Amino acid sequence: MDYKLTDEEMALKKMYGDFFKEEMKKAPADTLKGGLEGTYSGEGWEFTKTMRKKLVEKGWYVQHWPTEYGGRDAPLNEQMIFNESIAYYGAPGIDGFGVGMFGPTLMLYATEEQKKRLLLPIAKGEVQYCQGWSEPNAGSDLASLKTMAIKDGEYYVVNGQKIWITVGHRADHMFLLARTNPAEKRGRGLSVFNVDFSWPGIEVRPIKYMNGSHIYNEVFFTDCRIHESERIGPENQGWSITRDTMNFERSGAGAFARIRKELEHILEYVKTTKRNGKFLWEDPLVRQKLGRLYAEMEAGRAMAYKVAWLQRVGNLRFSPAAASEGKVFSTELTQRVADFAVEIMGLSGNLEGSEWAPLNGAMIGTYQTIIGSIICAGSNEIQRNIIAWVGCGLPRLKGQG
Amino acid sequence: MNLDFSSEQTMLRDSAAKFFANECNYEKVKHLEESEKGYSPELWQKVAELGWTGLLFPESYGGYGGSFLDLVIILEEMGKACFPSPFFSTIVQCGLLILEGGTEEQKQDLLSRIADGSLIMSLAQYEAETDFSYESITMKAEAKGDGYVLNGTKLFAMDANIASKLIVAAQVGAAGLSLFLVDADHPGVSIKKLPYVSSENACEVVFKDVVIGKNDLIGAPGAGATLLDKMYDKAAVAKAAEMSGGSQMAIGMTSKYARERVQYDNPIGGYQAIQHFMANMLIAADTCNNYLYRVACMVDEGDDFARDASALKAIANESYRFVTERAVKVHGAIGTTRECDIALFYRRAHPFSMICGSTAYHYEKVAQSLLKEGLGAF
Repeated sequence: MDYKLTDEEMALKKMYGDFFKEEMKKAPADTLKGGLEGTYSGEGWEFTKTMRKKLVEKGWYVQHWPTEYGGRDAPLNEQMIFNESIAYYGAPGIDGFGVGMFGPTLMLYATEEQKKRLLLPIAKGEVQYCQGWSEPNAGSDLASLKTMAIKDGEYYVVNGQKIWITVGHRADHMFLLARTNPAEKRGRGLSVFNVDFSWPGIEVRPIKYMNGSHIYNEVFFTDCRIHESERIGPENQGWSITRDTMNFERSGAGAFARIRKELEHILEYVKTTKRNGKFLWEDPLVRQKLGRLYAEMEAGRAMAYKVAWLQRVGNLRFSPAAASEGKVFSTELTQRVADFAVEIMGLSGNLEGSEWAPLNGAMIGTYQTIIGSIICAGSNEIQRNIIAWVGCGLPRLKGQG
Repeated sequence: MNLDFSSEQTMLRDSAAKFFANECNYEKVKHLEESEKGYSPELWQKVAELGWTGLLFPESYGGYGGSFLDLVIILEEMGKACFPSPFFSTIVQCGLLILEGGTEEQKQDLLSRIADGSLIMSLAQYEAETDFSYESITMKAEAKGDGYVLNGTKLFAMDANIASKLIVAAQVGAAGLSLFLVDADHPGVSIKKLPYVSSENACEVVFKDVVIGKNDLIGAPGAGATLLDKMYDKAAVAKAAEMSGGSQMAIGMTSKYARERVQYDNPIGGYQAIQHFMANMLIAADTCNNYLYRVACMVDEGDDFARDASALKAIANESYRFVTERAVKVHGAIGTTRECDIALFYRRAHPFSMICGSTAYHYEKVAQSLLKEGLGAF
């Protein structure tokens, strides 16, 4: 057992670091808000697209993908180093939905024709995907969804409402989960589709987040006709396909690299900021909490490495508990970091965009957005169910999905 | 990067697990806990024959020159078994102190006897008014003639009641904290076992005009704090290993109970209150466990691991206490009985948390290191 990087990996790490450090000097203020808001809002979105082009040119955008689909078969630990670097420097560019989730799903389940047609545009950074899963009455209980895709000749006619569609307003495509067999209940009778947002019968409406930013959307389907060649995998097998897509969604050494960067900022803040005549670091309670957050960050990072290792040796599909644990721990630690920072900043910590806002208001920004991450992508309570079932072998009772 | 154990390490783990399952089940543990000696000399000899007592020492001192990760693997299994033994006091605390600060002669003599299982040792460090922070130790070793005279009372000297040699931390004039080797049956030394929640051999050791020679030192006069620091960086990781093993076992036992115990016509593990308890327990144990291996590798790879050892011990303290408390709760009333095995872990939570520095002590140490050096290269 060893955690050492090889000389080549160290060189890669330095190369990524140098690149992102330099590029982020050009980032507009919107980007520096960080997170989904920074990536997809205003000038931030323009910067995201510029970065995406550069990442494609560098050959880094989908480097972990197989060569035949536009990648270079980069080993998973090189990809992990890349993910850590991009997260640490807060650089946007990657379409997590297309590159991170739908692409790998297509590689497993799509026909050769679909792979050729759909994977290359993702690999070239030409398209932005979004995920079409949640509905007003199907949140945690996703399998109860009601959007219908009824077969009509070579087409499926789609009607229904999707909600909490992150970056739907920037997306060209959606991977949609809809009910193809109305007679079947829950997971049986669902199918996955590739949807092009330029098709008729699709309407995207914004939902404002609590801080006023535009992250989420509703998407309405009204008699939208989807050709059967856009169905991914067998008809009515969409639930098991989606479960695999979910596991692609949950990993993440990057999250801990981001937390590390935030702790660096907070450390600098407590070293240089005085309150009531004393530096913040002189307060033992501040030191205790800082020590704890560092310890948790390092422990979480070690666990994320383990998740990456399990993925690399091909075990993760048999141990999704590890990925769920990573999602719960990283999002909740991010929340604890933001809570701590806002608290020690006092009233100034509550300023969002002001010369009086410490760390450019990033912490109060995270405080508001991280709770969205705790709820989305399978709420942390749903993750805990999975951890208990898979990790501890506890039984699923009737009605627990 | 390779996060799998070697085949030898997997074998080591399996054989350790098998040994404890066959030789020291929880019935036996409870029986040993209630005995005056608090351990089994027969089992201790078997442990020595398996080579675990010498695992950490170089072959030239009768050891096996194993890696720190090997030791961590053994300690995890001891933590799972709640194995009552002087392993931590003798091998980890005293063994590491001698290895780091002993003379060649001391190493040849003491380490080889520790390795073959014939020597049990105890570290006498704590006092009534000093916690783990040994900077404030008050006991004095007064220079007299050709040696020193020790007077004072030490507490929580683990396994002193079964040890034949003690390492005693005392202040020497201007030199400062120093470590002395004292025979347990030396005139003027009296040892009394204290009733301790974990039933470990926590002892009071009283020194009354104990006269020792000038060579009965580990390291130079005044080297005590440095030697203890170095030892405790590793010992903290070692104790975290025991705790990590204990957490894993407590979770396994509790999962099993939650699958079997039926209330309202269902196994209680089917209810979300229990499921979320258990999920939180598993997250706490797994983060600790993965961090443990990472820090153990840092030790083996010669990295500076002091900050991470502290961070790890604090995480281990928090997760072990959290896991063992929840484990008793899931068991319900039966979990609170002497009969039920789960309380073995619960009773160890506080002593284990304190032994190489409390949570607060380690968070402070991490914070001081961050303030001084920053987070370090990403």
